[in-house]
Amino acid sequence: MSQQNLESLDVAAIREEFPILEREFDGQQVVYLDNAATTQTPDPVVDAMSDYYREYNANIHRGIHHLSQEASVAYEEAHDRVADFIGADGREEVIFTKNTTESENLVAYAWGLNELEPDDRVVLTEMEHHASLVTWQQIAHQTGADVEYIRVDDDGRLDMDHARELIDDDAAIVSAVHVSNTLGTVNPVSELTELAHEHDAISVIDGAQAVPNRPVDVGEIDADFYAFSGHKMAGPTGIGVLYGKQDLLEEMDPYLYGGGMIRKVTFEESTWGDLPWKFEPGTPQIAEAVGLVAAIDWLEEIGMERIQAHEEEIARYAYERLEAEGDIEIYGPEPGPDRGGLVSFNVEGVHAHDLASIMNDHTIAVRAGDHCTQPLHDRLGVAASTRASFYVYNTKSEVDKLVAALDDARQLFS
Amino acid sequence: MGLGSDMYRQQILDHYKNPRNYGELEDPTFSHVGENPMCGDEIRMDIRLDEDNETINAVAFSGDGCAISQASASMLSSELTGKTVDELLEMDRDDVVDMLGVDISPMRIKCAVLAEKVAQDGAEIYRGELEVEKTTTED
Ligand SMILES: Cc1ncc(COP(=O)(O)O)c(C=O)c1O
Repeated sequence: MSQQNLESLDVAAIREEFPILEREFDGQQVVYLDNAATTQTPDPVVDAMSDYYREYNANIHRGIHHLSQEASVAYEEAHDRVADFIGADGREEVIFTKNTTESENLVAYAWGLNELEPDDRVVLTEMEHHASLVTWQQIAHQTGADVEYIRVDDDGRLDMDHARELIDDDAAIVSAVHVSNTLGTVNPVSELTELAHEHDAISVIDGAQAVPNRPVDVGEIDADFYAFSGHKMAGPTGIGVLYGKQDLLEEMDPYLYGGGMIRKVTFEESTWGDLPWKFEPGTPQIAEAVGLVAAIDWLEEIGMERIQAHEEEIARYAYERLEAEGDIEIYGPEPGPDRGGLVSFNVEGVHAHDLASIMNDHTIAVRAGDHCTQPLHDRLGVAASTRASFYVYNTKSEVDKLVAALDDARQLFS
Repeated sequence: MGLGSDMYRQQILDHYKNPRNYGELEDPTFSHVGENPMCGDEIRMDIRLDEDNETINAVAFSGDGCAISQASASMLSSELTGKTVDELLEMDRDDVVDMLGVDISPMRIKCAVLAEKVAQDGAEIYRGELEVEKTTTED
């Protein structure tokens, strides 16, 4: 990333598209550092969705009328736009879901339940989000498959020797998080996928924290499935994506049934429609698909490399400032190319929830808790941590406010 | 910038830093544990009753967690001594908030009521009216 590029990212102009960032509570402007939970939505995305409702709201694939045609085309083309954005071969490989969690469940139910056999191995990582961890754990209980977790080492990286041990001919599936929402670790998902393929296993990658802030090419990763959420990438809630390789998706049966996903129905039998529709039963998230396209357009106009560079820079700054405080334990790898834009930490003597409450007194939004990675927190030996997570509109001065507010917590609790 | 949240008034901080009745009773009539999985708060409450099997004559708590959950347990342990089990069971979240004497933000109410719920569940289990191994404030 060239410095020039970085400098040309105009954060002030970007912030103007987010009126919510101007909100004040008790006269203090909000400092929004909870982007790993959900990102804010820029005006163009809100406008695109309200245009849809104002101008061409209709159900899709059912009406011969003009409005339905416009809505149908927009909804279908949203799949093409997403495919293009993540390097998929076409709309057949892009299924719209509610969120990452539902995408994981789609793979688990439509592939896992049918394909897993007793004693097959499901390989996860210790840093999985509950979205994949709980899902695969339960599918394994139902099928008799075993679950094993690739260890996280003391630096917060995956122990790849352990990965090579676990991913052998018994492995049927490797499900790994691309960027950890707790540690910030960027995992070597191409390498994990290659290991999986060497042993005829499939790979499922949770990209919820990767797609929003770096270029992602599913073809390059060669993942069989790849999941992410619209609301973490400047898009709306209510829409997520499951990318799947076409040949796999074609072999799979749907797990949700209903209208819009069938080809022919008799009183006795039904046959399924084409991809991706066979996995999208019922009236889908049309406005949200329109919003997701607007978000992708908006992100690409800024440039994914620049967004990544900006996040890395803010995260490095936050890491270094927090580390310099001396009484703070930070989880995850040191700043660098394998760390994403978030920092989870604990201040000595202050419980994470108390810290988050004190931060809230300064109108600083951070997350405290286990961030849906309870087993990982067990592994770290803490019940909870505080997480500051950044996005394209965050600034170093917001990090300074976070660090300044720590003094209040220390004064209260020491 | 003023010192912190209204939630962290002196009384709360005092109970957090110098918890009353911290530890375990040697001869509790009943004891029970609970957690608030969202925060990782954990509380064990030991309660000893008089011979009337009604009046609470000693309370101890142990565990760890955020200031709100721990201060609430500490205050509750003092508050309950001398009360009856029925009075304990009649307590609700407003009573806990009153006891704490501060406004508890909606996101933290689970921390505040953990000790009360643990004590109440413990009493109901003792009376044979409830069967749970561990109380949680997740609803
Ligand atoms: C890594 C990761 N996976 C999955 C999820 C779940 O996303 P969603 O709640 O949108 O399904 C999240 C976010 O909470 C996440 O950070």
